[in-house]
Amino acid sequence: MSEDSHLKNSIDLVAARAKLTGAGAPRLWQSLEGLSGTPQFQEFSEYEFPPSAAKGNSEINRRDVLKLMAASAALTGLSACTKLPTEKIVPYVRPPEEILAGRPLFYATSLFEAGVATGVLVESHTGRPTKIEGNPEHPGSLGSSDIFNQAAILTFWDPDRSQSVVYDGRLSTWTDFAAELGNRRTLKGAGMRILTKTITSPTLGAQMRALLAELPEAKWHQYEVCSGDSVREGARLAFGRPVNTVYHFEQADVIVSLDADFLTCGAGHVRYARDFATRRDLSAGPASKLNRLYVAESMPTATGAVSDHRLPVRSADIDDLARQLAAASGVAVPPSANASPKIPSAWVEAVGRDLAAHRGSSIVIVGEHQPPLVHALAHAMNAALGNVGKTVVYTESIEASPVNQLESLRELVNDLNSGQVELLLILGGNPVYDAPADFDFATALQKAKLRVHSGLYQDETALLCHWHAPAAHSLESWSDGRAFDGTAGIVQPLIAPLYDGHSAHEIIALFTGDAGKSGHELVRSYWQSQRPEKDKAFEALWETSLHDGLVSGTALPVISVAPHADFVSLGRTAAASGDPSAIEVVFRPDPSVGDGAFSNNSWLQELPKPITRLTWDNAIMMGPATAQQLGVTTGDYLTLTLAGRRVDAGAYLVPGHADNSVTLHLGFGRTRGGTVGTGPGFNSYLLRTSSAPWIAPGAQIAKTGKKYSFASTQQQYNIDLDGHPVEEESSAAVGHGGEHGRDLVRIATMEEFSKDPSFAQNPDDEKNKGLTIYPGFKYEGYAWGMSIDLNRCVGCNACVIACQSENNIAVVGKDQVARGRAMHWIRIDTYFRGNLDNPEMYYEPLPCMQCENAPCEYVCPVGATTHNAEGLNDMTYNRCVGTRYCSNNCPYKVRRFNFYLYSDYKTPSLYGMRNPNVTVRSRGVMEKCTYCVQRINAAKIRSEEENRLIRDGEIITACQSACPTEAIVFGNINDPNSKVAKLKAQTRDYGLLEDLNTRPRTTYLARVRNPNPEIHS
Amino acid sequence: MPQIFHRSTNFISRLTIYGAVVIVGALGLALYTIAMSPWYTEQNVKRQQPVPFSHRHHAGELGIDCRYCHTSVEKSSFAGVPPTQTCMTCHSQIWTNASMLEPVRASYRDDKSLEWIRVNALPDFVYFDHSIHVAKGVGCTTCHGQIAEMPLTQRAGTLYMSWCLECHRQPEKYLRPKSEVFNPYYDPPSGAKQLELGKKLMAEYHVQSLQTCSTCHR
Amino acid sequence: MASEGSHNTVGIVDPDPIIGPGHTFETVTDKISAIVLTRPVTPGWVFGLLIAFSALMLLNLTITLLMIKGVGIWGIRVPTAWGFAIVNFVWWIGIGHAGTLISAILLLLHQKWRTSINRFAEAMTLFAVMCAGMFPLLHMGRPWLFFYLMPYPNPMWTWPQFRSPLVWDVFAVSTYLTVSLLFWFVGLIPDLATLRDRAKHKAAKMIYGMLSMGWRGSAVHWSRYETASLLLAGLATPLVVSVHTVVSFDFTIGIIPGWHTTIFPPYFVAGAIYSGFAMVLTLAIPIRKFYHLEDLVTARHLDIMAKVMLATGLIVAYGYLIEAFLAFYSGDQYEIYMMENRFHGPYAPLYWMLISCNIIIPQLLWSRRVRRNVGLLFVLSLVVNMGMWLERFVIIVISLSRDFIPSSWGMYYPTRWDWATYIGTFGLFFTLFFLFIRFLPMISIVEVRGLVHETNEEKGHS
Repeated sequence: MSEDSHLKNSIDLVAARAKLTGAGAPRLWQSLEGLSGTPQFQEFSEYEFPPSAAKGNSEINRRDVLKLMAASAALTGLSACTKLPTEKIVPYVRPPEEILAGRPLFYATSLFEAGVATGVLVESHTGRPTKIEGNPEHPGSLGSSDIFNQAAILTFWDPDRSQSVVYDGRLSTWTDFAAELGNRRTLKGAGMRILTKTITSPTLGAQMRALLAELPEAKWHQYEVCSGDSVREGARLAFGRPVNTVYHFEQADVIVSLDADFLTCGAGHVRYARDFATRRDLSAGPASKLNRLYVAESMPTATGAVSDHRLPVRSADIDDLARQLAAASGVAVPPSANASPKIPSAWVEAVGRDLAAHRGSSIVIVGEHQPPLVHALAHAMNAALGNVGKTVVYTESIEASPVNQLESLRELVNDLNSGQVELLLILGGNPVYDAPADFDFATALQKAKLRVHSGLYQDETALLCHWHAPAAHSLESWSDGRAFDGTAGIVQPLIAPLYDGHSAHEIIALFTGDAGKSGHELVRSYWQSQRPEKDKAFEALWETSLHDGLVSGTALPVISVAPHADFVSLGRTAAASGDPSAIEVVFRPDPSVGDGAFSNNSWLQELPKPITRLTWDNAIMMGPATAQQLGVTTGDYLTLTLAGRRVDAGAYLVPGHADNSVTLHLGFGRTRGGTVGTGPGFNSYLLRTSSAPWIAPGAQIAKTGKKYSFASTQQQYNIDLDGHPVEEESSAAVGHGGEHGRDLVRIATMEEFSKDPSFAQNPDDEKNKGLTIYPGFKYEGYAWGMSIDLNRCVGCNACVIACQSENNIAVVGKDQVARGRAMHWIRIDTYFRGNLDNPEMYYEPLPCMQCENAPCEYVCPVGATTHNAEGLNDMTYNRCVGTRYCSNNCPYKVRRFNFYLYSDYKTPSLYGMRNPNVTVRSRGVMEKCTYCVQRINAAKIRSEEENRLIRDGEIITACQSACPTEAIVFGNINDPNSKVAKLKAQTRDYGLLEDLNTRPRTTYLARVRNPNPEIHS
Repeated sequence: MPQIFHRSTNFISRLTIYGAVVIVGALGLALYTIAMSPWYTEQNVKRQQPVPFSHRHHAGELGIDCRYCHTSVEKSSFAGVPPTQTCMTCHSQIWTNASMLEPVRASYRDDKSLEWIRVNALPDFVYFDHSIHVAKGVGCTTCHGQIAEMPLTQRAGTLYMSWCLECHRQPEKYLRPKSEVFNPYYDPPSGAKQLELGKKLMAEYHVQSLQTCSTCHR
Repeated sequence: MASEGSHNTVGIVDPDPIIGPGHTFETVTDKISAIVLTRPVTPGWVFGLLIAFSALMLLNLTITLLMIKGVGIWGIRVPTAWGFAIVNFVWWIGIGHAGTLISAILLLLHQKWRTSINRFAEAMTLFAVMCAGMFPLLHMGRPWLFFYLMPYPNPMWTWPQFRSPLVWDVFAVSTYLTVSLLFWFVGLIPDLATLRDRAKHKAAKMIYGMLSMGWRGSAVHWSRYETASLLLAGLATPLVVSVHTVVSFDFTIGIIPGWHTTIFPPYFVAGAIYSGFAMVLTLAIPIRKFYHLEDLVTARHLDIMAKVMLATGLIVAYGYLIEAFLAFYSGDQYEIYMMENRFHGPYAPLYWMLISCNIIIPQLLWSRRVRRNVGLLFVLSLVVNMGMWLERFVIIVISLSRDFIPSSWGMYYPTRWDWATYIGTFGLFFTLFFLFIRFLPMISIVEVRGLVHETNEEKGHS
């Protein structure tokens, strides 16, 4: 991915149209086959392989037997014992422009989370989108991305996606669908309701307004689980209107997060993580000015884990904490109705002082699920602390129509129940599954005369609708949308819709007389109408916008607003947490599958969640103290009753979780979630009511006596009540030197760091380096190495999914994960220090260390893993016979083995998704992180052809490019000026288990905390 | 006590002993021969194509440059197989109604791709890149043989790993000046001269002898 | 033990003979060859064979499944990527040591008592090595590519990676198998000839005839026979030591705490002989009972074997002690943790079981009464067999399950297919053994005749 292909202007529309119309799903394959001989074709030759049946279950049936015998035979073929199959070359008839077989193209576009757009670059191999990277030009990305962006590619190619228009369970056509809806225009919209998700798309917004103008009696409702209602309401409370808040973490010295996981979720989190990390940079040594992060939260989050002070409090008590803090920072506010004894006043005072000491350079930020009042308090605090205009700025809302979505949905449900609804049009979203339980949306829905649904999947909602039309995925449709700061990004398709998908634009157009207009025309004409530029000038603007992925200068202007004086009286106080010993239930979107929109995405399902390392499940998460008091432990199957509603689920102990509080993650227990999404976990929406959508007091928990087995990638999570394993394993891991310290994570406080800048150095390591009877190999030319900054890493997992996507890593399923066979090439180890109730938490991303004295190499009997001249530890799959000795002998245990045929050779649509430059591993083969050798080779070939050396930063590994905090840096350590070499020169640099003299090429920069000396945690 | 076996069995027993040795040897030899046979490697095996395209005619007699059809050979891993359009650039003018070319015209008419039979196929786990080889002075004919003499295209080498290593271990044996890369009639200097030239070119083009696994296997 | 033979020279009848009194050439030949030729098929034998054979079929089933689905059917995982397969491999190889030791080393040491047990000890070795040999193949992820481990000219221009002990294994084990096979067969030839001459049935005559390769018992034959056995004995002797040394390298070469230990080679060899003799006892005791061979395999034999077990058992015990001592002495935190983990980690019970099976209980063998008590001896031999299996489990699984980085520690639990593979190899082993005792002389007629001859001569002198 050299610069030029990055910035390739790929927007000759004629060509684009031609290409896309030329590449409808079936023909796409044909033209792809034309590239046989390019690595792409290798995906297709897997037609030779019969499909895999081995997904962990050890039962077999006759057909599998035959299939797999054939498979083995075919695999043997790879060892050149049978003839290669005859292949066909099917070239284009008329070649599309720009496409150069074997060279990827990158297109800039945007992806959405809760309506907020994040800019991405999508890698396309001859018309197939295969990989998603961040868009460096886009303010919401700056070149980085998150797990949802990365995993979107799998959702796009998901074979379970809805593939055709359905009417009353029978196949229908888009034409009929269009006709049916078109007829409704005459009714002036009487009894017509449209339910959408949050919309930031200017075009769609305009279309909706046009529609409402044309059909005045129609009503537009919005509902999305994580739409940030209380954020909106908080702003309304404070400022009288729902303004949008933008934070500047790069300028904040002190950050107080009240239950906000701003580093891994919510609008702009990718950007915020970057800004935050710039203040965790220690390249200036002890002189560097670190920020300080206080987090008060119930469930430990990624953000909580990197904080300098974490205070576990019940979410309901945050209200009280906020009031105390507000008072401390000079906001007139009555004390909470329900003061919580759990809040240490010393802590509050210390934080208050720290805030006061950093007027104008501090931030108070509140979690989406906190009640509006707390948000309002935060606004007041930021104002009182003089942060507004500096670290906190306000803009108009980025939404097309900012409404209280819960109320909006309530209104719709009322109309439905009173039978006023003739036509209900649901564009995206799955309210039957995720609407509050007390709405009983399923029943209400069926009172609508005609129910129309458009979505990516035929989900729970589609099932209850007359019409269902497959929606087009962002990667195959035209649209636009605003980023966290209002910057408008253009969404352009990389490929014609795989299935008969149509965007919301096209559906709304059916009512606004634009019927038949393509998404492209709609979006383009909207912008044409908005911009002063005309004709040629607009043409140019349009092309640059498409190329950059955003319309420059569309970031919303900063506005100045002042909070009401007496907003407190206006705001309802928080849901009374009642007696502090009563157990509260906190609902949270799942860190991996969100509100359920991603539940059919196996990458995300199998992704170990931050802190808990849990996969394929949600659980009743609780702290050790609460567990002790309830007499339960991880794996106990419990019954949780909340206001007459109940669910049964497994208990999962989380060190550092607040007492008398349990966290339930949403997004599981789907009944029509697709082959992957249906099944895992339990549906916590069944407990979630509109009166207490996020924090619900008074839960009753009882044991069922049954057990539930979880699949976690870190054994230590099977902790006993005394939490012994955690103590043992963590103390074995953390802590310096010592007989029982393995010194895996090296930590100091800022104080210790300034006293001893080289605290991370272990004298023994140096001693060991010399201990070899062989003369070391001299690396002329390149010597690849990696540096991982533990001080920057926020454990967001983006690297894990990015790696999975780049390297065609297979998914193995819950059973296999439980058996310790997860395949991730990079994992994020989590360790704890201190007591169970409020431990310090540490992340350690662990890819292959690419040791110079690699223990794996000399034990391989066939030389399938060998050292190359640039210090890479090559893994040659086709030579591997699977003795697994290398894995045994790897002290870091980063090698992954295909115990079964994990790669899916069965599903054609997945062929399209795979990276053509990486072999798809078959059964019985060892694999591991390669430093993205395919990218290294590509860059080398390019540079050699141009008679130059590879530039520093020209090769970016998948994990590195995804990392929002730039914690991972890769490069040539032979070049003293390379970024990585400079990082490795820092005093914080240390190698893992260096006392084994493995000489790892991947080294770490030690973690430095910046605690407030006034607080002793 | 009567004899169980006739004298002759002595001979048989000896035979079996020596025979065993011979058979094992023969078996090994047989396997080797098969592995090296054109039947198995498809070396020098003519493939029937939908259109009997002749490199001899186009590249040889007409002297059309390789890159006219294999457009991406200098830019991409894949040399590129010409789209029907390319054929039609000429054949819309000449041989416009030769029955031999009907499939080509049909393809262009019906917008339906021609389906060529692949001649040089590598296993899925091997990553070969045309552009870099061309850029480093490896001629087309070095791997593809006397293409300009082939009425029907055939595989010139075994495409075994050993066949690749042949050159990867001693590039000097095969390199030629960049100017000659696309010359189908290039005639390398003999023996010592070639080595001398090769060494010179290696230095000039910065050619490495890459033999680490990840060069080709990823 | 050189004195063993010599105190016969005192003119009185040996109170504790290595061959029952009153045996002449004929009686010996009759007795042993009768088992093969004239003795009718007993229901006991059929029953035993059936059980063994069904276990063998279980093995078939498992291997088929293994080939179809992959090694995932076993409990192996990361970090514990080696499980039962390798444990069993090492265990069977170990058992395969007694045979060659008895027939080769003891032959060179002129231990007369060996003659009546060496034949089936060798057979046992052969079958055990067959069982062992399967595992390295089966445990591969892609067994159909086993030939990658062998050096042969190929179009990839690649060789095996000779630094890997797994490659050494290929040679060590295959050589061992070949030599033991030859040794065993050469030893059989004269007996086969005897059977040929005594067989009534034509087919039997033919088959034994072919197998005996025209043996006529001429002086030339005998001299060649002697030379051959001596040469083979010479060849086999180093193998007894080398094979298990190489096997132990599979672990010592690794860097895993609990593997990377210099004491391994000697104590693996000792352990091998330990378990080998245990297995010989396990087989000999029932056989001599069922086939009434108490006068050929005498209490004295059992006594001697028990002594050998005691001796090797002590060496093994020493190995354990040194292992533990060095772990702590090294001051290396990983080594220390490894030992602590054995003492009171999740697998601790197995470790303590191993200690009691291999060290504590066998101390009973100090008492002559125990050594002479056939029943007790049989039980002891079983205990030691189990102990030696546990030893390999402890070394392989416990070490792997908790190595360097706590986050990737993980427990290994055998699946039913792990057990099926293990039990299956018993099936293979005993099927072969049952066939052996039915169709071949399980005691060397020739050598026992020699024994009779010598004892009679000594009597003559007095």
